[in-house]
Amino acid sequence: MSHLILFLIFAALCVGGAINLLVQRHPINSALSLVLVTGSLALIYLLLGAEFVAAIQIIIYAGAVMVLFIFVIMLLNAGAEEETKGSRVAILLGVPGLILGLSTATWVLATRYPGPGSVIIGQLHGTAPGMGRLLFRDFLLPFEVTSVLILIAIMGAVVLTRRGSD
Amino acid sequence: MTLNLWLIPVLPAAGAAINGFFGRRFSNKMVSAVALASTAASFAWALLAAIRLLGMPADQLPYIERIGVWLRSGDFVVEYGFYLDHLSMIMMLVVTGVGFLIHVYSVGYMGHEGGYYRFFSYLNLFMFFMLTLVLADNYLLMFVGWEGVGLASYLLIGFFFLRDSAANAGKKAFIANRVGDFGFLIALFLLVKHFGTLQYTDIFHKVAEFSPGIESGAGLLTAIALLMLVGATGKSAQIPLYVWLPDAMEGPTPVSALIHAATMVTAGVYMIARSNAIFSRSTTALAVVAIIGCLTSFFAATIGITQTDIKRVLAYSTVSQLGYMFLACGVAAYSAGIFHLMTHAFFKALLFLGAGSVIHAVGGEQDMRKMGGLKKYAPYTFWTMLIATCAIAGIPGLSGFFSKDEILWQAFSSPHGHWAFWLLGITTAFMTSFYMFRLLFMTFFNEYRGPVAVQHTSHEAQPHAATASAEHAGHTHAVPMGGQQTVAPAPPTNAHDHGGHGEPHESPWAMVVPLVLLAVLSVIGGYVGVPKALHGGNHIEHFLAPVMPAITAEAAGTAHGGAHPEQEQSQAAEDSSLELTLTGVSVAVAFAGLGLAWLLYVKRRDLPAKIANSLGGLYTAVLNKYYVDEIYGAAIIGPLIAFSTRVLWRGIDATLIDGSVNSGAQGVRELGDSLRHQQSGNIRSYAGWVTAGAALVILYMVWMGTR
Amino acid sequence: MVPISYYLVLSAILFACGVAGFLIKRNIITIFMSIELMLNAVNLTFVTFAAQWQALSGYIFVFFVMVVAAAEAAVGFAIIIAVFRTRETLNVDRVNLLKL
Repeated sequence: MSHLILFLIFAALCVGGAINLLVQRHPINSALSLVLVTGSLALIYLLLGAEFVAAIQIIIYAGAVMVLFIFVIMLLNAGAEEETKGSRVAILLGVPGLILGLSTATWVLATRYPGPGSVIIGQLHGTAPGMGRLLFRDFLLPFEVTSVLILIAIMGAVVLTRRGSD
Repeated sequence: MTLNLWLIPVLPAAGAAINGFFGRRFSNKMVSAVALASTAASFAWALLAAIRLLGMPADQLPYIERIGVWLRSGDFVVEYGFYLDHLSMIMMLVVTGVGFLIHVYSVGYMGHEGGYYRFFSYLNLFMFFMLTLVLADNYLLMFVGWEGVGLASYLLIGFFFLRDSAANAGKKAFIANRVGDFGFLIALFLLVKHFGTLQYTDIFHKVAEFSPGIESGAGLLTAIALLMLVGATGKSAQIPLYVWLPDAMEGPTPVSALIHAATMVTAGVYMIARSNAIFSRSTTALAVVAIIGCLTSFFAATIGITQTDIKRVLAYSTVSQLGYMFLACGVAAYSAGIFHLMTHAFFKALLFLGAGSVIHAVGGEQDMRKMGGLKKYAPYTFWTMLIATCAIAGIPGLSGFFSKDEILWQAFSSPHGHWAFWLLGITTAFMTSFYMFRLLFMTFFNEYRGPVAVQHTSHEAQPHAATASAEHAGHTHAVPMGGQQTVAPAPPTNAHDHGGHGEPHESPWAMVVPLVLLAVLSVIGGYVGVPKALHGGNHIEHFLAPVMPAITAEAAGTAHGGAHPEQEQSQAAEDSSLELTLTGVSVAVAFAGLGLAWLLYVKRRDLPAKIANSLGGLYTAVLNKYYVDEIYGAAIIGPLIAFSTRVLWRGIDATLIDGSVNSGAQGVRELGDSLRHQQSGNIRSYAGWVTAGAALVILYMVWMGTR
Repeated sequence: MVPISYYLVLSAILFACGVAGFLIKRNIITIFMSIELMLNAVNLTFVTFAAQWQALSGYIFVFFVMVVAAAEAAVGFAIIIAVFRTRETLNVDRVNLLKL
C-alpha cells in the first residue's frame, strides 16, 4: 500500500515536471522542471530496486547533463519564447490528446498481456557488484567502445565550437 | 532433267541487287551492261526452257520444279515451286522478250536522266517479280509476285519523285492495287479454308471434284472467283479500279510500255486464265467478268477519243484492250484472251515506245495538238507506229486483227456469250480504230505545230512557250477544270521528262531497233491464231487446250458430235460462214474508223472543234473522264480522310493514346509537385514528419506484436 | 505491489510529453530538453522490464543510454552554439536557409 502511495507521489512529481516543461516559456524554467523530472525518476528507479541506475541517474543526468543545459542557457542568454498564432490551439488540444491517447494505449496493452504482474519494493537486484560483473565481462566491448564514443563527442564539440580563426 | 526455272526470275533479281547497291558508283555504261546482261540471260534461259518444254511428252506437263518448303502450318504447306506449262511459257517469253527490248530502248531514252542506275534497278526488280508471278506454282507465290509488281510499279511511276504529280500518281496506283489485292487475299483465304492448299494442280483437282455440299454451298466457287476478279480489276485496271492507269503515265515512257501495257496489267488476265477451272464452274462469275470487261472497254474508248496527251490516249487504249481480254475470259474463251494479251503486248509496247520516241523527237512535248508533220522528221518512228496502229485497229493481216476478231467471234458465239457483248465490242473496235488513227494523223501528218522557231532552247524557255499556247489552245476546246484537264500542267512537267532539243529529230539507234523488232512481231505474231474459218489451224487455241479446256462453240459442237455427223458438219459450216460475216463487219468497222479519222484530222480539220462545241456538256464530261476521280474523291476518299483525321488521329491517337501517356506523366509531375512541400526547409515541419513516421512504425510493431 | 502497467503508463506519459514538446516548442534548447525527456521515459521502461524479468542486462542498457545521451548532449550543444553564432537567434523557425 505504501509502495503504491510512494509511487503515486513520485509519479505525480514526474508528470508535473514534464507538463511544466511544456508550459513554461522561458527555457530556464523548463530546465529546472527537467531537473525535477530526472530527480523523481531516480527515486522511482529506487522503488524498482535499481540502486546503481538511480545513482548514476542523479550523478550523470541531473548532475552533469542538466547543469550543462543551464550553462548553455546562460551562455546564449536565451530569452522567453514569442507567441505565434495558431500554436495555442495546438497546445490546448493536441498535447493533452496525445498524452491521453498514448497512455490509454499503453494501459490497454499492458493489462491485456500482463507479465508477472507487480513489483515488490525492496528487492534490490541492480547492485553495483552485479552490474560491474556484467559490464566488465559480458559487455566489455560496448563499454570500451563507449569510451571511444565519448572521446569523439568531446572532439566534435571542440571542433564545432571553434571560431573560424586558427 | 531439271530446267532450273528458278534462274529465270533470279537473274534479273541479281541485276537489280547489283545495280541497286553499287549502281551509284557505276558509269551509265556499266549499269546498262548489268541490266541488259541479266535480262538477256533471263530471256535466253527462258527460250531454252521453252524449247525443252516443247520437247517433253504431254503427260509430263505441267513441269513443276520445287525448291523447298516455305510455310508449314499443320497440314497446310506452301513451297517455293515453279510451274511451267504452255500458258506460263507464253507469258514467260512475252515478259522476258518484250522486257528485254524495252531495256534496250531505255538505254537510249533514259540516257540523260538522273538516277539512271535506280531506274534499271527498279526495272530489273519488276522483271523478277513479274516472272515470279507467271512462273509460280501456287497462289501464294503468285501473290508475292503480284504485290511485288505493284511495288515496282509504284517505284517506277514515282521515279521522278520530286514532282508532286508523279509521287501522287505512284501512290494512287499502289493504293488502287491494294484495294484489289484485298479481294484477292480473301479469295486465297477461302481457298485455304475449303481446299487446304494453294498449289495449282492440287486446287484444280479438288475444284474439279468439288460438288457443292450443305456446308459450303453452291456459292463458294462463285465467291472465290468474284473475289479474284476484284484483285484482277485492281491490277488490270478495269472498272471500278482503273483510275490509276491514266495517272500512271507520269512515269517514264519505257515504264508505261513495259508495265502498263505489256506485262503488269496483264497479270489479272493471266490470273483469271490460270484459274479457269474455278471460273468455268461459275456462270455468274463469268458473266460478271464479261460485263466488266465489255463495259470497261467501251467506257475507256469513249474517253480515249477526247484526250489530247499522247500517252493518255494510249493509257485509255490499254484499259480498253484489257477490257477485251476480260471479255474473252468472261465468255470462257481463255485462249483468245491470252492470244490477245500476247499480240497486245507487242503492238502496245510498240505504241508506247513509239510515243516515247515522238516525245523525244519534239523535245518533251506530250500534247498532240503541238505535234504534227513528224513523218518527215522521224521516219522509222512513223512507219513502226503505223504498223502498230493498224494492228490495234484490226486491219486485216496484222496480229491485232486475228486476236481481236477471235474475241469478238467468241463473244458472239460462245455458250457464255451474248450478241450484246459483240455489239458493244464492235462499237469499241470502231472507236479504237478512230482514236488510234486520230493519234497517228495528229502526230505525224499535216504540218508541225510546235515551237520550231525556238532552236537552241534552254530547259526553261520551252515550257513557257508551251504553256502560253496551251492556254490559248485550251480556250478553243472544252473548259479545262483546274488540274483535271491534262493540258495545262503537262508542258512544264514534261520538260523534266526530256530536255528541249530544238528541231524535231529521229531517235538514236538504241531506241529505234526495238521499235523495228516489235513492229515485226506485231505483224507476224498473229499468225499462230488464224481461225478455222479463214483456213488456219488456230494453233494457239490447241496449244493452250491442255491448260484451258476450250469451251467454245466448236468444242461444244464436237462434244455433242459423233451422233449426227452431217448435222455437225453443217453446223460447222454455218458457224464458219457466220464467223466470216462477223469478221467482215469488223474489218469494215476498222476501215470506217480510219476513214472518219482521216476526214476529221487530215481533210477537214475544222470539224472536230465544231462537233465538240455542238455536243457541249457531254463532250466536257467525256473530256474530264466522266469526273470519276472527283466522284471517288468525294464519295470514298474524302470521308475516309475526314474519318482518319477526326476520329483516328485527333480522337484516338492524340486524345486517347497520347492523352493517357501524357496524363501519366502529368500525374507523376503533379504528385512530385505536391510532395515537394514536404521539403520545406522548416525544421519544425521536419520534426512533425519524423514523429509521424515513427508513430507509424510503432503502430506497426504493436500490431505485429499483438497478432 | 505496484503493477507493472503503472510504470509503463508513466513512461508513456513522459514520452508523450517529450514528443509534444519536441513538436510545439520554438526554442532550440527547449526542444533539446524534450528529447532528453523522451530518453528518460525510455530509460524508465527499460528499468521496469529489467525489474520484472530480473534481467540485469536491462540496467546495462540504461547505463549505455545515459552515456550516449550525455555525449549527444555535448555535441548537440556545440551545434546549437555554432548555429547561434551565425543566425543570432534561438528560434527554430528562423533557421530556415534550406527553404525554397
